[in-house]
Amino acid sequence: MLKVIIDNIEIQVEEGTTILQAARMIGGKVVPPAMCYYSKLKDSGGKCRSCLVKVVKGSAKDPRPVPKLVASCSTPVQDGMVVENTLSAEVQEARKGVVEMLLINHPLDCPVCDQAGECDLQDLSFGFGMEETETIEPRREYPGIDIGPLIKLNMNRCIHCYRCVLAAEQLTKKRAHGMLYRGDTMEISTFIQTAIDNDFSGNMIDVCPVGALTDRTFRFRSRVWFLNPMDARRECGKCSGKVVAWMFGKEIYRITGRKDQFGEVEEFICNECRFEKKDINDWVIEGPRKIKRQSVISSNHYEQMKKGSIIHPIEGTTEPQE
Amino acid sequence: MGRAILLDKVNIPGIQTFEVYRAHGGYTSAAKGLREMTPAQVQQEVIKSGLRGRGGAGFPTGLKWSFLDRKSDKPRYLVCNADESEPGTFKDRYLMEHLPHLLIEGLTLSSYALGVKTCYIYIRGEFRYLVGILENAIREAKKNNYLGEKILGTDFSLEIYVHPGAGAYICGEETALLESLEGKRGNPRIKPPFPAYKGLYNCPTVVNNVETLATVGPVITMGGDAYAKLGMGKSTGTKLMSACGNINKPGVYEVELGLPVEEFIYSDEYCGGIKNGRMLKAVIPGGSSVPILPADLILNTARGDSRLLTYESLAEGGFESGSMLGSGGFIVYDEDACIVRNTWNLTRFYRHESCGQCSPCREGTGWMEKVLYRIEHGKGRMSDIDLLVRVAKNIEGNTICPLGDAAAWPVASAIRHFRKEFEEHIKC
Ligand SMILES: Cc1cc2nc3c(=O)[nH]c(=O)nc-3n(C[C@H](O)[C@H](O)[C@H](O)COP(=O)(O)O)c2cc1C
Ligand code: SF4
Ligand code: SF4
Ligand code: SF4
Ligand code: FES
Repeated sequence: MLKVIIDNIEIQVEEGTTILQAARMIGGKVVPPAMCYYSKLKDSGGKCRSCLVKVVKGSAKDPRPVPKLVASCSTPVQDGMVVENTLSAEVQEARKGVVEMLLINHPLDCPVCDQAGECDLQDLSFGFGMEETETIEPRREYPGIDIGPLIKLNMNRCIHCYRCVLAAEQLTKKRAHGMLYRGDTMEISTFIQTAIDNDFSGNMIDVCPVGALTDRTFRFRSRVWFLNPMDARRECGKCSGKVVAWMFGKEIYRITGRKDQFGEVEEFICNECRFEKKDINDWVIEGPRKIKRQSVISSNHYEQMKKGSIIHPIEGTTEPQE
Repeated sequence: MGRAILLDKVNIPGIQTFEVYRAHGGYTSAAKGLREMTPAQVQQEVIKSGLRGRGGAGFPTGLKWSFLDRKSDKPRYLVCNADESEPGTFKDRYLMEHLPHLLIEGLTLSSYALGVKTCYIYIRGEFRYLVGILENAIREAKKNNYLGEKILGTDFSLEIYVHPGAGAYICGEETALLESLEGKRGNPRIKPPFPAYKGLYNCPTVVNNVETLATVGPVITMGGDAYAKLGMGKSTGTKLMSACGNINKPGVYEVELGLPVEEFIYSDEYCGGIKNGRMLKAVIPGGSSVPILPADLILNTARGDSRLLTYESLAEGGFESGSMLGSGGFIVYDEDACIVRNTWNLTRFYRHESCGQCSPCREGTGWMEKVLYRIEHGKGRMSDIDLLVRVAKNIEGNTICPLGDAAAWPVASAIRHFRKEFEEHIKC
């Protein structure tokens, strides 16, 4: 076991653990924001730079500090390492810089974006963004492309985190999309505009931290904070069948994977569960899904409902489930 | 001053061919190394020579070789970085075009020292005309048993392959190069792991610059100690400088490290002074990625010592008043040159060449370019100058690979030394 101290909190971790994973074990405020790392996707991380931290002591053996900030998601812990996240002004400054970079070309069209309310970039901007913008140049715009009937791609909102590419590569049998071009013209696209149609392609929606990839079968039907996220399950031959059903009254508006406190799904789900099973009779409702208290989704107090009942969010009336 | 050990034979007619190269003493160091020395002894000479990487970072070559994972049972690779795409740098091209066998000989010796059986030359896509020259040299060397199976009757065998890139500056960064060589998109890898442990196809790999590897031959011929006597302090030996800009004699020069910058610019042996009798305004001494210095700071350090062509002297003063030797791309500007336009132009390059993987570089290079474009085209705001400084600072050190730094430094240094010029651009 290795000993690491993050923001004055000590924890023992196994060899090979990254600083970010160690911070997640501690939990709370010391956890750096991660916009590209995704623990369930191999080779993810290192790209967005929002998780930068300061290593003030390299290890017990070599106590020298690391001169540059390091990406906590892709830096393994050394024994005796001392890390600063919230305590380091340098880290806070750099993170502010990263957020600014992510936003200078972002459309900021939250009012018409389906991701609003569950968007990692909104959270990050709220935490570290500046109140004013210093850019007067026009924002980057991509021509819209159609990637099939189930998933909507809005490239203007993409933060180039690569998660969807890795998800497609690792979860589906053949990847039909990827990163084209380079630098600030780089874009996610399907190869020769082939539609993404594959049993697990829908997971790209869940891994996308922003509103670049959204569910076409749900598009514009409701804001997420008007819905009640309910843990639901069904027998499924392709995946675990464990999902979150986003409900309004007795109606299922959309199905997603079950996300944990770090915004990562517990298990990837198949397209049949996600896109085709929208009838309440398809599912066994287990009870309300726990959502971070800070989230706007929590503000409709759906959690007060008892297992087996469904709350009507506007009037706040509960009605027993048949 | 100076002694040419790389380019001494470059003017001999036909030196590109095996016969002429051999007739003028070529391949004797390969023969000496392979027949009379063990691989460890060859490496020892390179360590003793103090040779430092000529690709830009100046990392000691012998030390880099000693990091190679020799415990692994996987094959090892040597990759020669011939991607030379840094604006202002054109020395490797010259070397490969005129002395291909010098490079082949260096690759043979280095591979022998490292226990490598397969070596790749990753060459810039635009250098297509050099591929034929190198492949021809490889064929000739093979025919004469200086390459291929059981070289010179020893147990050592080596194959060298030439692999052209597709025209991306970023593929000169060693891990992007390895990705590209594997047939993937040229995105730099996240380090660690370093190539010495997980390089090409996840095998232990050494990546070195063309000039670095070409120097190994002369090092073995003259001995590491003798090589280390050339140059000055920790900047041993000679270095190829590619000089360009507003000078009378642009070209590739071999200098003994320690040559005063002033002599390099004004002596007829080298740059031959500023063109049309104009005044010197500024110099970028080590390829477009290193900080620009105004005339007074390139000729003398802030402390008043005369500035020398060494890694140490050029870096003296840090980012406040120093620069770097880098790849030796020496770009000279006369009094009429416009620093703003030049900075904008360089930033355009970095914006175009950023791979786009990490946010600060992808977005920051584009942002700086747009702001500099505005300033250059009369639409600047006074606040843009500090904005540029801030953006450059937010890129520097926060990216995956050093391209981010390389994009930030030219902007930061141009504003540091020529702020007035930016202000005047904005005012008028
Ligand atoms: C953006 C970028 C471009 C580079 N381009 C080259 C290049 O064209 N040729 C080269 O030899 N090294 C280049 N380098 C440096 C290499 O990454 C590597 O350090 C070098 O090949 C090591 O060789 P050396 O130790 O012999 O200098 C580049 C580095 C960066 C960050
Ligand atoms: S992706 Fe997030 S930040 Fe961007 S418009 Fe949508 S909700 Fe707003
Ligand atoms: S589309 Fe979404 S998941 Fe894919 S790279 Fe862009 S932001 Fe990341
Ligand atoms: S610094 Fe620039 S070139 Fe290097 S990995 Fe990041 S985006 Fe790519
Ligand atoms: S989460 Fe670490 S760099 Fe993106």
